[in-house]
Amino acid sequence: MNSTRTRVWQCIVCGFVYDEAKGLPEDGIAAGTRWEDIPEDWACPDCGVAKADFEMQLLAA
Amino acid sequence: MNPILIVGTGLAGYTLAREFRKLDKATPLALLTRDSGGFYSKPMLSTAIAQGKEAMALVTQSAEQMGAQLGATVRTGVEVASIETAARVVRLSGGESIAYSKLVLAPGADPIRIPLGGDAAGEVLSVNDVDDYARFRAAIRGRKRVAVIGAGLIGCEFANDLAAGGFEVDLIDLAPGPLGRLAPPEAGDFVRGGLAAIGVRFHFGSAPKSVDRDRNAVVLSLADGTRVPTDVVLSAVGLRPRTSLAQAAGLAVNRGIVVDRFLQTSAPDVFALGDAAEVDGLVLPYVMPIMQAARALAKTIAGEPTAVSYPAMPVVVKTPAAPLVVSPIPRGEGRWTCTTSPDGIRAECFDAESRLVGFALAGAAVAEKQALAKLVPGWLAAESPAA
Ligand SMILES: Cc1cc2nc3c(=O)[nH]c(=O)nc-3n(C[C@H](O)[C@H](O)[C@H](O)COP(=O)(O)OP(=O)(O)OC[C@H]3O[C@@H](n4cnc5c(N)ncnc54)[C@H](O)[C@@H]3O)c2cc1C
Ligand SMILES: [Zn+2]
Repeated sequence: MNSTRTRVWQCIVCGFVYDEAKGLPEDGIAAGTRWEDIPEDWACPDCGVAKADFEMQLLAA
Repeated sequence: MNPILIVGTGLAGYTLAREFRKLDKATPLALLTRDSGGFYSKPMLSTAIAQGKEAMALVTQSAEQMGAQLGATVRTGVEVASIETAARVVRLSGGESIAYSKLVLAPGADPIRIPLGGDAAGEVLSVNDVDDYARFRAAIRGRKRVAVIGAGLIGCEFANDLAAGGFEVDLIDLAPGPLGRLAPPEAGDFVRGGLAAIGVRFHFGSAPKSVDRDRNAVVLSLADGTRVPTDVVLSAVGLRPRTSLAQAAGLAVNRGIVVDRFLQTSAPDVFALGDAAEVDGLVLPYVMPIMQAARALAKTIAGEPTAVSYPAMPVVVKTPAAPLVVSPIPRGEGRWTCTTSPDGIRAECFDAESRLVGFALAGAAVAEKQALAKLVPGWLAAESPAA
């Protein structure tokens, strides 16, 4: 789908980890979904912080 | 015009400021804090040791950076000593007074400490902010053993993190097992099993009595005579909302600073949120309620009165050795039914009318969190549109 490697992100408020390779299937986000492609109205499943408020921190590329 | 004044720069104070600035870029905004005002993730305090993180690494933005970003004045190292609601001023411990147009109290909570005897009782630590974490890290540097008092959410998280970080951990609680106030016994047993597998030792059913120095180490003594030799004692037995400022100012306080669904205290133009607040009877010291409250309160102080509503807000217990998520039962009681399978537990709590009011999912079952949370009625139902 994309040529770049998947990345791992962390919510700066609660530490929740989003791994692009795994996605969040239970949240309707398919494996391989890049952070940029997650809808703007998405919120961190653990703490409710909106995507627009707290850019996730890049943990690993 | 006098500023909107926020006391506290934790998640509650800063999140409110951020939400307010989305709605109003012009009204002067000031935040006061007695600490250094850096932005950090408090939940990460109980997962930072295994990752070897220093306190400094947890502070992602300084007070100056936050102030610039929020278009606000952030004053650090200042203690609010009193509030005069009639005159609309707060007084700092140095005597200076600051006038406000609206006041928001977000002072957080104090760790509860159980009374302990012994000549090393004064060395017992709690970790409830990033400065506490720095002190705790300094205390455990070069040490091997930590005794954690309190097997609730925070105590279990620290036990897991310390064990994963290579420490010998003793976990002590008067209760018969972990997480008794939050989850059914089956879920507690699951966490106990996971923590035992990474080497945590348990001492349940007896109260800690004293901490005494023993040469280079300390000994924690329990009421039943058990002696737990260790290097550092960490207390994690719960939080008590900081209500004294509000109380001295004559505001209604109960377990927390009493506010209605508009986050308004008993005084006009004085609001409260976060760990310090009791919102419509609920004291919920977690991140998600703060987000909900901050969004509603931002609208209210920007001129559009908005009641907060709470959906069911499951809490993730950060014990990777035994993954657990709990949707607590904030009011009243229920009847738990549990299904245990080799890879986890699914527990559901029903009220007298057989409605699902809470759940606990452990192991692989945690993946069902989102789906189940949708079935649980909100804790503060959304207001029906004004008639
Ligand atoms: C170890 C740990 C792990 C946690 N993990 C989770 C988790 O995984 N998920 C979750 O949802 N929640 C978790 N929580 C709870 C969550 O972190 C808190 O609910 C939240 O951070 C509280 O924010 P607050 O702004 O209300 O309080 P605080 O962050 O305590 O902020 C209080 C502020 O008030 C200031 N202040 C107080 N009194 C005065 C005064 N008189 N004058 C001036 N300033 C004053 C302080 O300096 C500080 O800036 C955890 C808590 C801890 C301790
Ligand atoms: Zn988060």
